[in-house]
Amino acid sequence: MMTFDSATLLQLAIVLPLAGAIAVRLTGGSPNVREAMSLLTSAALCFICYNLYQDFDPQVETKIVLLEILPNLNLSFHIEPLGLLFALMSSFLWFITTIYAIGYMRAHHEENQTRFYQFFAITMATVMGIAFSANLFTLYIFYELLTLSTYPLVTHAGTKNAKRGGRTYLAILFSTSILFLLLAILNTWLLQGSLEFTPGGLLNESSSSMTAIAVLLPLFIFGIGKAAIFPFHRWLPAAMVAPTPVSAMLHAVAVVKGGVFSILKICVYIFGIDLLSALPTTEFLLYLAGISVFFASLVAMRQDNLKKRLAYSTVSQLGYVTIGALLATNMGIIGGAMHMAIHGFGKITLFFCAGAIMVVTHKTQVSQLVGIGRQMPITMTAFLIASLSIIGLPPTAGTWSKWFLMQGSVDTQQWALMVILGISSLMNIFYLLPIALKAFYPPQEEQPQEVKSQKYEAPLPILIAIVVCTAFCFLLFLFPQPLYELAAQIVNMPGTGQGL
Amino acid sequence: MTEQLAILQVVIPLLAAPLCLIISRASLVWAFTLLTNTLCFVISVLLLNQVLDHGPIHYALGGWRAPIGVEYRIDHLGAYMLLIVSSISWVILLAGKTSLAAELKEKKQSLFYVIYLLCLAGMLGIIATGDAFNVFIFIEIAALASYTMIAMGKDRRALTASLSYLLVGTIGATFILLGIGLLYMATGTLNMHDLSERLANLHDSRTVVTAFAFFTVGVCLKLALFPLHWWLPNAYAFAPSVASAFLAATATKVAIYILLRFVFTIFGMEFSFSVLPLQNILLALGLVGILTASTMAIYQQNVKQLLAYSSVAQIAYMMLSLGMNNPNGLIATLLHLFNHALMKGALFLALAAVMYRIGSVQLKHFHGLGKQMPFTMAALVVGGLSLIGVPLTVGFISKWYMLTASLDNGWWPITVIILVGSLLAVVYVWRIVEAAYFKPAPADAKPVKEAPLSLLIPIWMLTLANLYFGIDSRLTVTVSELAAKSLLGGAL
Repeated sequence: MMTFDSATLLQLAIVLPLAGAIAVRLTGGSPNVREAMSLLTSAALCFICYNLYQDFDPQVETKIVLLEILPNLNLSFHIEPLGLLFALMSSFLWFITTIYAIGYMRAHHEENQTRFYQFFAITMATVMGIAFSANLFTLYIFYELLTLSTYPLVTHAGTKNAKRGGRTYLAILFSTSILFLLLAILNTWLLQGSLEFTPGGLLNESSSSMTAIAVLLPLFIFGIGKAAIFPFHRWLPAAMVAPTPVSAMLHAVAVVKGGVFSILKICVYIFGIDLLSALPTTEFLLYLAGISVFFASLVAMRQDNLKKRLAYSTVSQLGYVTIGALLATNMGIIGGAMHMAIHGFGKITLFFCAGAIMVVTHKTQVSQLVGIGRQMPITMTAFLIASLSIIGLPPTAGTWSKWFLMQGSVDTQQWALMVILGISSLMNIFYLLPIALKAFYPPQEEQPQEVKSQKYEAPLPILIAIVVCTAFCFLLFLFPQPLYELAAQIVNMPGTGQGL
Repeated sequence: MTEQLAILQVVIPLLAAPLCLIISRASLVWAFTLLTNTLCFVISVLLLNQVLDHGPIHYALGGWRAPIGVEYRIDHLGAYMLLIVSSISWVILLAGKTSLAAELKEKKQSLFYVIYLLCLAGMLGIIATGDAFNVFIFIEIAALASYTMIAMGKDRRALTASLSYLLVGTIGATFILLGIGLLYMATGTLNMHDLSERLANLHDSRTVVTAFAFFTVGVCLKLALFPLHWWLPNAYAFAPSVASAFLAATATKVAIYILLRFVFTIFGMEFSFSVLPLQNILLALGLVGILTASTMAIYQQNVKQLLAYSSVAQIAYMMLSLGMNNPNGLIATLLHLFNHALMKGALFLALAAVMYRIGSVQLKHFHGLGKQMPFTMAALVVGGLSLIGVPLTVGFISKWYMLTASLDNGWWPITVIILVGSLLAVVYVWRIVEAAYFKPAPADAKPVKEAPLSLLIPIWMLTLANLYFGIDSRLTVTVSELAAKSLLGGAL
């Protein structure tokens, strides 16, 4: 077996999913071969990302400059801890989602499955591009490509609703990225003459006025519409028209995580923690993220449609990661990065369960789920565990990320934020826990609805996916060290001058 | 031979045009036209190489030296434009045989190629010449040829479109002629280089100011700067598809070239921008043009008209960049000359394929085409993404320079308007996408096959060029920078 060096593996990580997309297209005629292609590609990508993680050495800078698109603006990639974290998480979850999708799409008799798997693979290529981007220019390119490659997935159903959802999706994501993000990138380019992600931050006070830099921060935060910060969050519930595997992967893991990942990366490598804490606009944005967390939780409590409830829950949870980034302390960054991964596992499990419920019982509303625990015990148990992780209670992984985020807000004496985080956890309990509890212990007044179908539990591939992800909610609680260490390395990169 | 290249560039298509009449069969005429165009393309490449190596070329027609004789002067800008026009014309001609066979009768096809070659000769002449009156002659040749080309369209409205274009175009050309005449009156010369020297001392002369005014209005009519654009949508919509593609890709670019040549080389930057309010005019009309034309594009039902309004908006972008009065702005305009030609060439050729298969370009007839003509629609989507300015396409490169130029001046509101223009483009491009991909073909419609290879190959040549030059922009950026430098007189 040939050993590849990190640079080659890096390029392979981006090219492989594209090759997979072509393979899927070519084998579209025979569904089993086609599915095998998806599985093979995603497994290979996991393997590559894992190797990159094993070989990662903070002292050695691995960077590839692919080509120069504009004078002094390169398409280039590098390996650093945050990107590795994101890549590891997404590639693994792509593999799991592919298993899930096989079960779901077939049980649901979905059309255009080749198109679905094909664009899934292309999306993963763009996600890898975002994860490993070495400068803002590359990040922007793959960010826009991600919007475009997920559009066919969001509008998969091809119905009027799908079209409308797709319009909202595209409108909000393009408006924010073209009006704000591109403007922010151009301004950074003009202020600093470079767009490279630098440990310790690219911008510094000496090169340009604090006002100019202070204006850049909100432009970046609002420009990254994929992080669903209020008021640019409406695309997320609108995108729930997509089939559940799409919602699960993209809107709990790839698209929204791409958004908060970009925010984290920009906060750490463009602004730098020190500069961030000194900017006048950071606090305002911090409170805006807090408002986002609070109101999204509020709206989630009122949603009866399960997927919509989960979507608003995601908006709220993404606010946590943004808060972590903007707290501008080591704990905040670590908490934010860990929450990115841990929330991914928890949320994807919840969406998987929602899809399983839909496939087996055709039920989509929370009110219909009373007493369903008897029919689908495994699914609802998983739902319960994943809910605990989202809420942040032991023995699930969510405990750790919540802990670090709370720690971060104590460090910076942001008491209002602490209160918001606490209240939000309470609200999480209110809108998540009853679903699982009522499924198993239907209250006397609400009799279980008629069991419509004779089916008992979801198809096997779906169950495998659900169980694996639930297991991770436990595993990451018991063994958080690898995740913690990787996240800690973000703030410990040579050149940062920070210590833990 | 190489010394005669400059004149051969124009003479070859000019002489080839009547020769077409001798050949009667349409496919042979097409082959002959393609051959002529290939020669033109080769010559333009050789000229560009020559200019890059040795600097501007001066060619005296008939051995008569300037300033009495007519001189052909090809500098970086000229060589660049010659390359654009001849290369895109060649690719469009590749699609010509199949597309025209469906839209014109056999006898008319041969005539079409005659007119096409005349138009090509006219445009190449405009670019190559260094004499002001010679420019007017070629403007008229190209214009008359384009009126005829448009009138040959299948739709009866082609005649009225052509007539209104003729009226407007003649007014424009007359104004240009008046401007040139007034310049002659003030300076006694018609040679561009000589004019630039003599006009340097005449900034106060009322004659010169009037000449500038007439000239500018005339050329703005030709390049369809808002609000002098109303002839364009109909002219592009009802012409034969190959003519639409050719004119959309080249005619307005050549008009912009004339503007650049007169403003920078003849009148001089100082006069045009500092003494006269050209900058304000370009900025104001550019901004309004972008917003209005993009908005009107959203409401069109005929996709050719939709793209025509989009072209008006793109021209407004180019004028806006020019009005920024800084090097990046000028580079952006020059880049967009090439990039927009690629975009619109690809888009209109794709429409030619649609017209070929379903005989209509109304949005309501696009239903189900996403499945039935996947490659053609994919080309439309890529072209549309280029119009929006998505990274990795050619449109992004132009947008980047425009935005940098406007931020160089510190003009935030204008930067935001340029970005809003991109968002409007998303809306009108997505109307086409939704019509093609979201609505199934009506049950009673005949099944539609994908376009034939003879159309798909040229379409995808231009579409892939859109992507290639969006990823590797070295050639276009270097040549644009050199051209900008030579226009600004080395003061970059």
